[in-house]
Amino acid sequence: MIKTISYREALNLAMTQEMQRDSSVFAYGLDVSDHKRIFGSTIGLVEKFGSDRCFGTPLAEDAMTGFALGTAINGMRPIHIHIRVDFLMLAMNQIVNMISNFRYMTGGQLKIPIVIRAIIGRGWGQSAQHSKSLHSFFAHIPGLKVIMPTTPLDAKGLLASAIRDDNPVICLEHRWLYDIVDSVNVSPETLVPLGEPNILKNGVDLTVVATSWMNVEALKAAEVITKLHGKQIEVIDPRTIAPLNYEVIYDSVKKTKHCIVADYDWVNCGFSAEIAARVSESCFNKLKSPVIRLGFSATPCPTTRPLENKFYPNAINIIREVEKKLNLKPADLDKEEFYSYENKFKGPF
Amino acid sequence: MYLIRMCEEKIREHYPSDKLKTPVHLCIGLEAIAAGVIYLLKSDDQVFGTYRNHGIYLAKSGNTDRFFGELFGKVTGEFQGKAGSMHLSAPGKGFMGSSAVVGTTIPLSLGSAFVNQQKNNGRLTAVFFGDGATDEGVFWESLNFACLKKLPLMFICEDNGLAIHSKTSERQGYRSITDIVNQFDCHVIQSESTDPEVIAELTAKGISHIREKGGPVFFHFKYYRYLEHVGINEDFQFGYRSQNEFEHWYKVDPVNLQRAKLIKYGVKESSVQEIENAAIEQIEKSIALANQAPFPPETDLYQDVYA
Repeated sequence: MIKTISYREALNLAMTQEMQRDSSVFAYGLDVSDHKRIFGSTIGLVEKFGSDRCFGTPLAEDAMTGFALGTAINGMRPIHIHIRVDFLMLAMNQIVNMISNFRYMTGGQLKIPIVIRAIIGRGWGQSAQHSKSLHSFFAHIPGLKVIMPTTPLDAKGLLASAIRDDNPVICLEHRWLYDIVDSVNVSPETLVPLGEPNILKNGVDLTVVATSWMNVEALKAAEVITKLHGKQIEVIDPRTIAPLNYEVIYDSVKKTKHCIVADYDWVNCGFSAEIAARVSESCFNKLKSPVIRLGFSATPCPTTRPLENKFYPNAINIIREVEKKLNLKPADLDKEEFYSYENKFKGPF
Repeated sequence: MYLIRMCEEKIREHYPSDKLKTPVHLCIGLEAIAAGVIYLLKSDDQVFGTYRNHGIYLAKSGNTDRFFGELFGKVTGEFQGKAGSMHLSAPGKGFMGSSAVVGTTIPLSLGSAFVNQQKNNGRLTAVFFGDGATDEGVFWESLNFACLKKLPLMFICEDNGLAIHSKTSERQGYRSITDIVNQFDCHVIQSESTDPEVIAELTAKGISHIREKGGPVFFHFKYYRYLEHVGINEDFQFGYRSQNEFEHWYKVDPVNLQRAKLIKYGVKESSVQEIENAAIEQIEKSIALANQAPFPPETDLYQDVYA
């Protein structure tokens, strides 16, 4: 059945359906069953499945992450939820020294089906400690899988696939995407495979590879470029950060011969560098220009609005880079409307 | 216990051959705790350990072929050489994991105990860790959660008074860990005994507490580490601890103590000797097997990163 649902409802649907389908799935984390329910994404779980399968925890990210591993090697499928990605730094010892290694160190005797959901904050002063995405951190580690759903369909399908996967999966969800709505087949079997990129918009003139919220900016940029310059931008959302099948990206760049990576993260040593390196290796003789990377400024995220605006890359940055690459005269963008806190994108894609 | 002691002694003997390319944290002096606690556990009860895990592995699994296979890095090892000494475990035998990062298996034991509690299957979980681990935040986080959820869990603190080379007095700003743990909803049992029978009796009391009253039990057992933190040698010459301490503890050496008790109980010395000889023969065979076994193929490098 096709229904129009929001990203938050899609996350909730994936967890509800998987908990119904498989009694070994349970969800926990600080405040998962309080009145706010992790921005609404855990609504109804404690009522449907009881406090044994949906419960809050002490403020103890390190122990509560190791707890997940202990349950996973005993046949459970824990979903550990964090209101901000930044708080996962307190769990890095368990994630990087234990969870990622545990199957390998036991010669494949154990399976580690763990999902860690964490939200990326932005705006209204989220500042330096509530705004990080850190997908490159996690993607660097063999044994971990990292997903960043952008659309409601991906939120539902990727999260459900992650819950069914026998490996640890980190699911990073941008807070601003929670309000986006789209038509989604709400069947429990609506799955999106891990590791496969999504072509959000077809185009022939230039490829933009974007992650998480940057897809919203990239689609807006593509729309403006078409309107003002008549060029067609292809927008690719990897959706999975690691392990990723890069072929879709290579095929696109071989066709368009230009590539911009718009990553929702810092540029230095980031996922954008990984894509740029791989695209350069695989598409070297097809590229007409070097791969360009856009990302956060090389600073902590500031609180005050004017500096924060400067910190984040946006659609205008993408448009200007496209214009440079395609030798287009910079367009007058004064009449174009872009997204801001107050003018949120709500979809559909 | 004799098997554990002699495995360690044989590692000391063979280590200079450089065929055991894995850092070893030998448990000589510690044997009574693993032997005494695990003696009281059923085969499907679950344990977690540290890098000083040989005693736990041998008490829980007893498979010296797979033990030495793992230390020699061969395909006959428990994990075909991917774990080595520091990450040794035997999930099929209820030894669910050990780790070379201090304190890191403590929260895993919460997960095991939680699942067993939910399933009401009567299984117990025991997690072994050193006094150094009680310096780590994760120990206190885990203790709190275990008490909060009344988990059927045995915390086994193996206290040798040293974190590598740092003494308790150089690390801890409080007088008594057992006094502090007593402030939690946690039953505390403590002993300085090196007698495995005493350890087993105390373990039985702890298990009764879990069965009858619920909630975790914190066992605080003192012991003396005979050798250096990692490696096969004594290290008294470096002066950070005194050989007098060793002499004091050696008077109650767990293996000697148990041997003397057996003879006192009326077991013939020749029978004890037979048991000892059988253990040594088993170890020698396992070492020979490990020596002859092949290394894993290079393609194994890429196996089991993901399921």
